Amino acid sequence: MVPALTRRPGADGHFTDAERAFVDAATARIIPTDDTGAGAREAGVTQFIESQLAGDFGDAARWYMQGPFKDGTDEQGYQLPLTPAQLYSAAIRAVDQHCRDFFGGRVFADLDAEEQDEVLRGLEAGEPELGDVDSRSFFKMLRANTVEGFLSDPMYGGNQGFVGWRLIGFPGPRYDYTRFIGRHGEPFPLPPVGILGRDGFI
Amino acid sequence: MPTKLPPVDVLLVGFGWTAAILGEELAQAGLEVLALERGQFRDTVPDFAMPQIQDELRYAVRHEMFQEPARQTITFRNNHAQTALPMRRLGSFNPGTGVGGAGVHWNGQHWRFLPNDFRQRSHVEERYGADFIPEGMTIQDWGVTYEELEPHFDRFEYLCGTSGVAGNLNGEITAQGNPFEGPRSRDYPNPPLERSLGTLLFDKAAREAGFHPFPAPASNTSRPYRNPLGVQMGKCTYCGYCEWFGCANYSKSTPQTTILPVLLNRSNFSLRTNCNVTRIKLDRSGKRATGAIYVDSSGEEHEQPADLVILSAYATHNVHLLLLSGIGEVYDPKTRSGTLGRNYAYQMVSGVDVFVEENLNPFMGAGALGQAIDDFNGDNFDHGPHGFIGGAYVALWTTGGRPILQHQLPQGTPEWGSAWKQAMAENYLRSASLSVHGSVMSYNDAHLDLDPTYRDAYGDPLMRLTFDFHDNERRMSRFVTARAEEIARAMRPRSYTVNQRQGPYSIVPYQTTHNTGGAVMGDDPSTSVVNRYLQHWDVPNLFVMGACVFPQNAGYNPTGTVGALTYWAAEAIKTRYLKNPGPLVDA
Repeated sequence: MVPALTRRPGADGHFTDAERAFVDAATARIIPTDDTGAGAREAGVTQFIESQLAGDFGDAARWYMQGPFKDGTDEQGYQLPLTPAQLYSAAIRAVDQHCRDFFGGRVFADLDAEEQDEVLRGLEAGEPELGDVDSRSFFKMLRANTVEGFLSDPMYGGNQGFVGWRLIGFPGPRYDYTRFIGRHGEPFPLPPVGILGRDGFI
Repeated sequence: MPTKLPPVDVLLVGFGWTAAILGEELAQAGLEVLALERGQFRDTVPDFAMPQIQDELRYAVRHEMFQEPARQTITFRNNHAQTALPMRRLGSFNPGTGVGGAGVHWNGQHWRFLPNDFRQRSHVEERYGADFIPEGMTIQDWGVTYEELEPHFDRFEYLCGTSGVAGNLNGEITAQGNPFEGPRSRDYPNPPLERSLGTLLFDKAAREAGFHPFPAPASNTSRPYRNPLGVQMGKCTYCGYCEWFGCANYSKSTPQTTILPVLLNRSNFSLRTNCNVTRIKLDRSGKRATGAIYVDSSGEEHEQPADLVILSAYATHNVHLLLLSGIGEVYDPKTRSGTLGRNYAYQMVSGVDVFVEENLNPFMGAGALGQAIDDFNGDNFDHGPHGFIGGAYVALWTTGGRPILQHQLPQGTPEWGSAWKQAMAENYLRSASLSVHGSVMSYNDAHLDLDPTYRDAYGDPLMRLTFDFHDNERRMSRFVTARAEEIARAMRPRSYTVNQRQGPYSIVPYQTTHNTGGAVMGDDPSTSVVNRYLQHWDVPNLFVMGACVFPQNAGYNPTGTVGALTYWAAEAIKTRYLKNPGPLVDA
């Protein structure tokens, strides 16, 4: 009667090769490797997203997914009948098809960076029409998951080498700032640490 | 048929703050008390232990401690012309589940409502005239006064070990505290938390702007503290993981850190977890509650008889149970008859992000480490020239710097790409946010009832929320946000961004878990569900706790007032109701 809320470990093999190539290429544009340093690729964001989609998040295990499904207002929030894993899968298929149609048979991962940015800007603005898939909802989720993968604890597969935390200056979860809270304006002297420790990335 | 279980004296439905307080008060009085909690058992050890609890993705982003919409959610629409649709994932608010309820994962921002807030309608009529209240606004008095509640506010603060400094001690205004607060009978049990650089910058700027800043009251302990129940709390270490997390350090006041070590050892108290109450049962007369029906984790139904039934779940859940159980007349917005589901309100939140030169180390913080001004809250200023009712505090909170959700970026920063990345690198350590935390009055078109279409995991109709912000709140918010902007300017930042709340109320972005109303208290049974002692008008052996009894919402976080009302009701039950079970107020 009550739905079981189970945790499904392991992530490898969730994506098809085409899905993995898309996510790797798209997240590398959302958080690029550039003058400010490492980006989504070095952080392991693709691995993070694959693992998230293979688990409770991908299954929408906590979400209310009973019908009827109807289009609502923006204020009423997510109303698609798709779990995140299903949304990724359907959207990637549709975006790659769109790219083949408009970029001479090439899929998203094979476009150059400028072309990829153009496609991503389109998705962000709710274009193009991707059939049943709402491109804005997909972009929003992809963008949010990319930031999560860059800035969450390394034990989830992203933020490897603490590259996200190093970029912004977050020293990781720490138990006790009692000796530092009064030292106003001083840089915090210790390097980042994760939940599993200093080298605690997988 | 549900199995019928042996009766108890008192049945508590839900086991968060209000149930823990009542459980202790009534068990201490010798009654046999049982609490039913829909979620799991959890305690500081092992559930909130370091370092696993400091996991932003798991708790703050993936919502591990909150109510799962898959089991139970609401449907929502802005107005009656729309069809309500289910809140499929949490957004605007995060109700708790499990032992301690949302009391486990709050920030600890521990306020008292103002004396005038409890006489909202009378006060406005006296000062500005009845015409000042706009058409459709259904504000009312609470039926209880600040003076009556003062000892109970005090009791809750001493239970929690709240850290702060008095602004009004028995009528004397002090230099350091909030000069606008109601008179308090004694100072806070603990001094304010240490200040962050952000709060000092705010303090200086607010003074320069001509306002009266003070350290905001914090139920995060600034020093070791033993509360009146003998429960020991530890000094806060400013780890920056309060809201959405459990506290590993016994420093945030929660049922677990203030009451449960005593209550769970009482032989006349018992707790059953993973037990979801689906109905309150009435006898044939409809004037007496006989107990409750609940579903356990194996899906089996049980009937638990009790002499006294107390709804002590989250505010919206209490209203949902009354609706499902058919107790009271459901409010009809067309005829304006009925009381159940009436006067739902919320909080009007806006803010100003400031980007400063200084390194603020935002990750060192505590949930209620903040500096605030109360100059523009409640009726602390003359509303005559402005033509709206209500107000807001403005505060700079240094709650922590969890990187996924707690970062500010200057206006115009793209959402992704190199420019986003560079802005993150430049601003994470050198930005803060001023929050404008405003009241929401009640209106005849904002209410709760049962949804005709969607059902929860137990097969019961979801509760339907019909709500939007009104012009009064928009004008209040614009006015106080402009005052926050004055403070932001006086901080002399590199830049700042004003975030007004625009457009209709949305269920999507997080605002606050301060849902109020639906089972409101008052003096008149035609406009309230419970009397001034939180006792149901129609069913005297049924009491309803929580913010669902607020007739409208003031400009403060609700927990301090919820705690005070619970002690107030507990006293009435112990000293009057138990001696002569029946209505405490004649209808």
